[in-house]
This record gives sequence, structure tokens and C-alpha cells, in this order.
Amino acid sequence: MSNKPFDWRATPGLGGFSLIVFLFLYAPLLVIVIYSFNVGRQATVWEGFSFDWYARVFSNRDMGVALRNSLIVAAASMALSTTLAVTAALSMRRGASGAGGKLTLGLILLPLVVPEIVVAVATLVFFSGIGLKLGLGNLIIAHTVFCVPFAFLPIQARLADMGSAVEDAGRDLYSDEWQVFRRVTLPLLMPAILSGAMLAFASSLDDFLISMLLADAGQTTLPVYIYGMLRLGVSPEVNAVSTLLLGSSVLIVLVALRLQRMSKAK
Amino acid sequence: MSSASRSTALLRAPVLLTMILFMVLPMGVAVVYSFLTNGAYGGVKLPFTTAAYLKLLVQEDLDGKLGFSPAYLIILWRSVLLAGLTVIISIIIGLPLAWYIACAAPAKRGRLLLLVTLPFWINTLIRTYCWVLILRDEGLVNQSLRRMGLIDGHIQFLYNDVAILLGMVYTYLPFMVLPIFAVLERLNGDIIEASHDLYADRWTTFRRMVWPIAMPGTIAGSLLVFAPALGSFLAPDLLGGGKRLMIGSLIQLQFSSSRNWPFGSALATVVSIGILLALFLVVRKNFDKVLGR
Repeated sequence: MSNKPFDWRATPGLGGFSLIVFLFLYAPLLVIVIYSFNVGRQATVWEGFSFDWYARVFSNRDMGVALRNSLIVAAASMALSTTLAVTAALSMRRGASGAGGKLTLGLILLPLVVPEIVVAVATLVFFSGIGLKLGLGNLIIAHTVFCVPFAFLPIQARLADMGSAVEDAGRDLYSDEWQVFRRVTLPLLMPAILSGAMLAFASSLDDFLISMLLADAGQTTLPVYIYGMLRLGVSPEVNAVSTLLLGSSVLIVLVALRLQRMSKAK
Repeated sequence: MSSASRSTALLRAPVLLTMILFMVLPMGVAVVYSFLTNGAYGGVKLPFTTAAYLKLLVQEDLDGKLGFSPAYLIILWRSVLLAGLTVIISIIIGLPLAWYIACAAPAKRGRLLLLVTLPFWINTLIRTYCWVLILRDEGLVNQSLRRMGLIDGHIQFLYNDVAILLGMVYTYLPFMVLPIFAVLERLNGDIIEASHDLYADRWTTFRRMVWPIAMPGTIAGSLLVFAPALGSFLAPDLLGGGKRLMIGSLIQLQFSSSRNWPFGSALATVVSIGILLALFLVVRKNFDKVLGR
């Protein structure tokens, strides 16, 4: 390699270009984080370092309720969508061939291409049409649907490159299908399932538009609450709660992706 | 084999049922609502009518006469245009970036990929809001310009189409990079070397060797960017000031202050039909390539 005068992998200027793009992606987020530690009421004039706004956030009762709602919805839709994703991925074990498989795959991936506003509107008119009033249950159903693809993709990827040799060995040793699943398939699949579950949790926590259209009074989720605060104007409190939300999303996803990598390495 | 196919059907049933009942059926209900009459306090009532779709084209003037009015068509057109521009800018940024990541050493590649994916998982509201902090009249850019003595008052960066465009590119860029990277990753280096050995310059190599491979990823990425950008609500709302409407904000209005559910449903139906058409006609084959099938 080293004696070649031409390296096609190195395009001149591309490193600098990419650096700028990454700065473009991350610098704006850093602005929120930095200003969340600002002393002053002015959200974007730096006056000194403090944790005051975080204290304010933690003593805000309405925000606490919104956070609790967000966590309940995210946890419930994580559990439901991951269960659906596991069964769906197992059903495609032998590939998504045939009309049924293609249809199932298409339906699972549908929430990725339909704009959120369309999903929000459709779910809203549907729930109001059938008169479904389950409180947070309505939100949980809606979130479950769009979380399914995020839970599904890592699990399916793991199943696809797992092969069936270990499971066949189990069968040769006279295990029945349930035992093979319980003792062989499930443990091997576990990191991918956890990863999918966390990605589902993160995408539920991410959602704003669907929650805003569906949530009735008392069902406000954290992003919807933050949006309400923003309507009243930019404030350091918004920066602080945004930083907290941002930090937890990043943490969850980093762990999820690490799990995914571990499951691949095995 | 029949027991295997029965277990396949059993495993498939829950997800099929959920997606049909809570995704496909609601979209169908929205189509039905779009043909109903507007209720007085939101909601709908009989009889069936095409009034909601006509509203897109004609409006009553002061004398109560119906005449052609392009107001809503202009909003639709603006949305398509802005979403299209978002796609083009995302390709211009995303294609070189995907190439850079694909060319990186494996360990570095993983880290770079993570850096592209991570923003996707951060709340869109927060990612749009940070541009308000930067661009508003008392924001970071105006303050810096003032400190440098370049301006006296402030320049209004917010509440125009450029700000909306910036917010959308910022939000949807990862959707473009990932599918392009997915196809470039499988690129065989030998053909690039061969192309070079046959005296092709970088541009020719890109055009004849890299682009044919990158194209299905680019088309898949274009749809993944175009679809959410077309229905975008937060960018026009926060960065456009809610006055420069896009179809997403127009739909949201019908379910809040305007209280016209049939019209909102009709708009949502128009958006869905456009995107489903694009999905089925143009990109199905390309998605198969991106997913490696």
C-alpha cells in the first residue's frame, strides 16, 4: 500500500469539509448546554456560571408531572413495541420472502416514511372517531406504533447474521422448540433486544408532534411542556431542561449502540 | 413444514394486527374524514362532500361568490420546494461526508458513523430550538457581530425561508448520510484502483464508478429526507415564526385554532398520497439494494 503514489481513499480537502459538517451538527447543541449554566435571566448573554436553572427545573412541579408522563409513555411503548419487534423478527427468520413477509416488513417500516404530522392527524381522528379515551393509554398506543421499526431493525440484523448452527445443536441434543428458544436463541439475542428496546425508548422520548396533537390536559409530555415554555419566550430554564433531555437521550443511545456492537462481536 | 408456516403466521400476527389497526386503518379514517362536513366545534358531521378538497382551490370572496384562490396551493408548492431544496442541500453535504466515512479506517469509521447517528436520537424540538438561540435578534450571531463592531442594531436572521431551510437540513441530514454510506461501504476498492490505472481522473472515477453505486443510497436517502421535510412542523413554526406556513403547520392549524378537521384530513391525505406514490413507483428497488437484499 505504502509505495503506491495514488491513494484513492484520501480525497484532498475532504477531511476539512467533514470536520466543518461535524461542527455544524454539534456546535449548536453545545450552545444550549453552555447557556444552561448561565447566571443571568438573559438566555444568550453570558454572565457567569451557576446551577440555579437546574434547581429551578427540579422544583418545577408541572415539569415533574410532564417528565413522569414522558417516562410512563416511553417505558410502556418500549415494552410493547419490543415484544412486537421480537415476534416479528423471529417470524422473518427464514427471510422476508413471499408476499406475506414483504407486506409485514413494509408495514413495520411504514412509520419511517410517513411524516409525523400525518401519523398524528390520522391517529387523532381515529381515536376521536371510535371514542377511545384511555388517558395516557392513547399516547402509549400511538408511540408503540412508531417505535416498532426502531426496536425491530437491530433485532432483525442480529438474527440475520446469527445463523442456526447453535440452535440445531440444541435440537440434536433433544431439546424441544421452546427449550431451544428459551435456552439458546433468546440469550444470544438478548443484547440486540436490549438495544432495540433502548432505541424504542429514546424515540418515544424524542417525539413531540404526535404527543402534542394527541395529549389532552394532564397528559402533557416533557417535549410538549418545553414547547409551551418556548411559546412564552426563550429562558435559561428551557436551556437547562433541554440539556437534561439531550443528555439522557445521548446516554441511552450510546449504551444501546454499545450493546449492539457487543452482540455483533460475539 | 406446515407447522413451521403456522408458527410464522402466529409470530407475525401481533405486529401485523397492530400496524393495520393503529397505522393503516387510522390513515383510512383520515381519508373518510376528509370527505365529511366540518363540525361547528371541531370534529365532523355528515353529509359527505368534497368541500375540503375544493377549499384547496377555491375560496368564497366577500360577496359569497366562489372563485379560484391559489393561497393554499402556494403553501403546498412552497412546502414541496423547501423539502426539495432540503434534499438537494443534504445530498451536496451528505454524499462527500458518506464517502469520507466509507474511506476511513474501520475503527475510525465506527466513531464517525456514531457522530452522524447521534443527533438523530436527540429531540427535534431541542435541535430546532438551538438555532433560535443562535439566530434570534439577541442571539449568538448578532451579539458576536456587534462585539466585532460590524453592526449596530441587529440583523433579522430568523423568520424567513433560509432559516427554515437551515433547520430542516440540520434535522434531516443523518437520513441522507446513512443510506449512502450503507451502499458505499460495500464498494470494492479494486474497481477504483483499476479506474485509476486506466488513467481516469478523480471526477471521471466518481462519475463512472462511485456514483452508480452511490445512486440507490442517494435515492433512498432523498425519500427519507423529503418525506419528513414535507410534513415538517417545528422548523416553519419556530424558525419561520409560524407565519411562513408549510403544509405541516397548516395541517396542525386545522386541528387547533382553525378547527377544520375535514380540511386538515384532506391536506394530510394529499401529503400521504404524494409520498406513497414516490415510495412505490421510484424507490422500492433502491431500498432493496440499501438493505443489502
